[in-house]
Amino acid sequence: MTTDGGLLLAVAVLAPFVGVMAGLALGGRFVVRVAFLTLVVGLGTALGVARALVQSGRAVVYLLGGWAPPLGVALRADGLSAVMLVAVAVVIGGIAVYARADFGMPAGTPEARAPFTFWLLLLAVWGSLNLVFVSGDLFTLYVALELLTFAGVPLVCLDGKGETLRSALRYLLFALVGSVLYLLGATLLFGAYGTLDIALLAARVRPEPITWVAAALMTTGLLAKTALFPLHIWLPPAHAGAPAAASAVLSALVVKGSWFLVVRLWFDVFPGVITRPSAQLLGALGASAILVGNVVALRQARLKLLIAYSTVAQIGYLFLMFPLVAGLDAAHLDSGSAVTGGMLQAISHATAKAAMFMAAGLVYATLGHDRVADLRGIGRALPMTVVAFALGGASLIGLPPSGGFLAKWLLLSAAVATAQWWWALVMLVGGLLTSAYVFLVVVRAMAPAEAGWSPKVRVPRYPQVAVLALALCSFLLGAAALCPVDVVRIGRPHAALVGSR
Amino acid sequence: MIGMVDTGLALLILGLAVWAIAARDTFAAVVGFVAYGLLLTLIWVRLHAVDVALTEGAIGGGLTGALLIGAAARLRATEAAALSERPGVALRTLAAVLSAGVTAALAVCVLALPVPAPTLAHEAAAHVAATGVGNPIPAVLLAFRAMDTLLEAIVLLFALVGVWSLAPDRAWGGRPGPRHHADPNGMLAYIARVLPPIGIIVGAYIFWVGADYPGGKFQGATILAAMWLLVMMSGLSDAPPIRKTWLRVGLVAGPLVFIAIGFVGAAAAGAFLAYPEGYAKPLIIVIEFALMPSLALTLGLLLAGAPQRLEE
Amino acid sequence: MDTPTLFGLAAAILVGLGLYGVIAHPQPLRKILAFNVIGSGVFLLLGAIARRGAAAGMGGDPVPQALLITGIVVAFSATAVAVALLLRLFGETGSVTLSSDAPAKADGDKPHG
Repeated sequence: MTTDGGLLLAVAVLAPFVGVMAGLALGGRFVVRVAFLTLVVGLGTALGVARALVQSGRAVVYLLGGWAPPLGVALRADGLSAVMLVAVAVVIGGIAVYARADFGMPAGTPEARAPFTFWLLLLAVWGSLNLVFVSGDLFTLYVALELLTFAGVPLVCLDGKGETLRSALRYLLFALVGSVLYLLGATLLFGAYGTLDIALLAARVRPEPITWVAAALMTTGLLAKTALFPLHIWLPPAHAGAPAAASAVLSALVVKGSWFLVVRLWFDVFPGVITRPSAQLLGALGASAILVGNVVALRQARLKLLIAYSTVAQIGYLFLMFPLVAGLDAAHLDSGSAVTGGMLQAISHATAKAAMFMAAGLVYATLGHDRVADLRGIGRALPMTVVAFALGGASLIGLPPSGGFLAKWLLLSAAVATAQWWWALVMLVGGLLTSAYVFLVVVRAMAPAEAGWSPKVRVPRYPQVAVLALALCSFLLGAAALCPVDVVRIGRPHAALVGSR
Repeated sequence: MIGMVDTGLALLILGLAVWAIAARDTFAAVVGFVAYGLLLTLIWVRLHAVDVALTEGAIGGGLTGALLIGAAARLRATEAAALSERPGVALRTLAAVLSAGVTAALAVCVLALPVPAPTLAHEAAAHVAATGVGNPIPAVLLAFRAMDTLLEAIVLLFALVGVWSLAPDRAWGGRPGPRHHADPNGMLAYIARVLPPIGIIVGAYIFWVGADYPGGKFQGATILAAMWLLVMMSGLSDAPPIRKTWLRVGLVAGPLVFIAIGFVGAAAAGAFLAYPEGYAKPLIIVIEFALMPSLALTLGLLLAGAPQRLEE
Repeated sequence: MDTPTLFGLAAAILVGLGLYGVIAHPQPLRKILAFNVIGSGVFLLLGAIARRGAAAGMGGDPVPQALLITGIVVAFSATAVAVALLLRLFGETGSVTLSSDAPAKADGDKPHG
């Protein structure tokens, strides 16, 4: 059952972990070199997995230890996994290049806490995310979630100040309760069906109370970790208080891990058991997130908090996918485009949000503050950065040819095809609100500086290039429509989401 | 039919849980929780899960209890402030309704579990012989689901990195925790001189015998870590500074050996963490031998906490 | 009702109790304690399920028992991180409240480093 290229899946997970351990043991400035070496290896592995997937046209499967489920653990990469593996590798690469400016540990400096642990935590987040994307066993996924939490929480309080410590503790408590609810659901599933393997469960699962309770518990736990409304209160202070590179990791990547798991569960473990009302409920929470997140973002005085509330809103879009797929399945229409739309939304948000947080970091360094009302002069001092912010914002709004545009186009088509016009309305209103605060920031940034003002710190060129590169990725992702192969669909079962059992 | 022992245990544990949640004084609640953990150990034995009982007693009751008692003692000063911050009736009612709902849903599920219960025992029994160990639990932990055990060791390591990242900037690289001074003629120092040699032997025995009887590296490592902590807390020895290379290499050596053997398996037996024919038991022993010191170091340091002082 | 079912129902109550504690207690240390109660409830449920799977001469299904060992260790590491974070918060600000309008810096002498 192990397919070609399967070992790459194990390497994709373990390379970052080996990087953490090598960096810890070698210490000092070596950790930066280890991180960049791991970057190359990891990106190569992700591309290798994608290539194996496209060439074989089927999912890449790997039986760990040679033991087949239900006794053993399998790693499984389908189109969704491969796409996320590559996207995360690219975003981590961009953040690493940017972070070298803040956390580079130049020659002659002793090993310092914040830079040293940042690199270790960056690699740890990467490995944990890869494990989430390729694991085929629910318990291994639980361990992956815990790894992700332990890697993400210290990033929030990296600067060691009281307020960020408080946000980190709040985040940790939410995340821990979320994981334990997930584990509870997995326990129920094992008790009912005798296996934790995703493929086997899909075959054995029946629509009965145990399955519904398990699905509800696991989804609730994961929603707490993804900060979907109304469980989103921990996110804005946590993401805004972290250093810029850390905020980028948290907003762009860490929350995508638990979201991916909801997708995995709903589409691959529980198809046929999910009811239409529950899919609509998830969509309703997403819609609330879009509206509430965007409105509150408009009222923020600080740029980083504005971007953090924008994350709350954009996470809402990720959950509109569910009622749309359910509707398409119920109407016996092809739901693949809605799934692709959701994936594109995730990736374009990841690249755009990482660029925006890093841009905010550069703004803070140059101005000494990040008050939205006083951004004048930044346009002259950091032109690349303001352009990057605008491009990222354009993707979030959904302007062509960005990935955000293509994602919203696919989701809107699905909404129209299933006559669920209310989701279309929510997306349009969300787009309008997002454009309001993006224009606000860009216009303020373009205003000329006061006479005699000069930047507090001259930021080097290369972080600005990294930010612009990520923003361009997001802005040009709409070109994915031209891709001849629908990678997202490779290796995916055709089970309908909503009740056919 | 359930007997009096089981009913008694269940009622006791529920009572202790209510105490741990509802007691006014935090320290009292924590002590109740430690007792709860010890009672849980008995329940595991009643459920025929002796390996789990050992782990619960060592890590769940022992180390977690030590951690929480230490925290409760250091946070005594915040009791007064906390009492004034009691949540409103609305929140408590919402919490009660939610909890009651979850309990009811779970109870329905427990009663609805299928009979006969699906089990993997047959499959495990069929393949245990191939792994060379007699106890099926290490067969699952180090052969069938070895990836989970590897990830578990990595989880502990990442938790330690996270704890270390909480050090104040000026103390980075220094020694964790405060310097302990116990009366050199007192009870604690006496126990710390007498117990560790015995503890080391017991820990090594539990580790060794775990292949065929309940035991194993986690339980053995916990005992070693506990002995180390005893020596540190009595002031006989100080915690090492975290910048020491031997410490860091010791921490990562176990998981790295595990991964290396995994890749050897990929080359020689066709899959990562597979064991070549006939080499399963020796390789498993090598992995456990390499992991145990790393685990003992990690567990001890997790309890010692974030670095707080540089060289004195 | 047999032993596993009894402990399964006890586990259900433990999860509910712990959930109440996490939501209702304002102090983080009590929340951590309650989280541990939820965790042990989940483990107890898994243990009851393992006992139900006793077969082939074993007292319980070894796979969930092995998962339990992993789970207990992971829960311990979670508690360790949470406690370290809590103590650092206390050391830095002098208070352990989670509400946002708390002092960001400790006034006066800090009790410990």
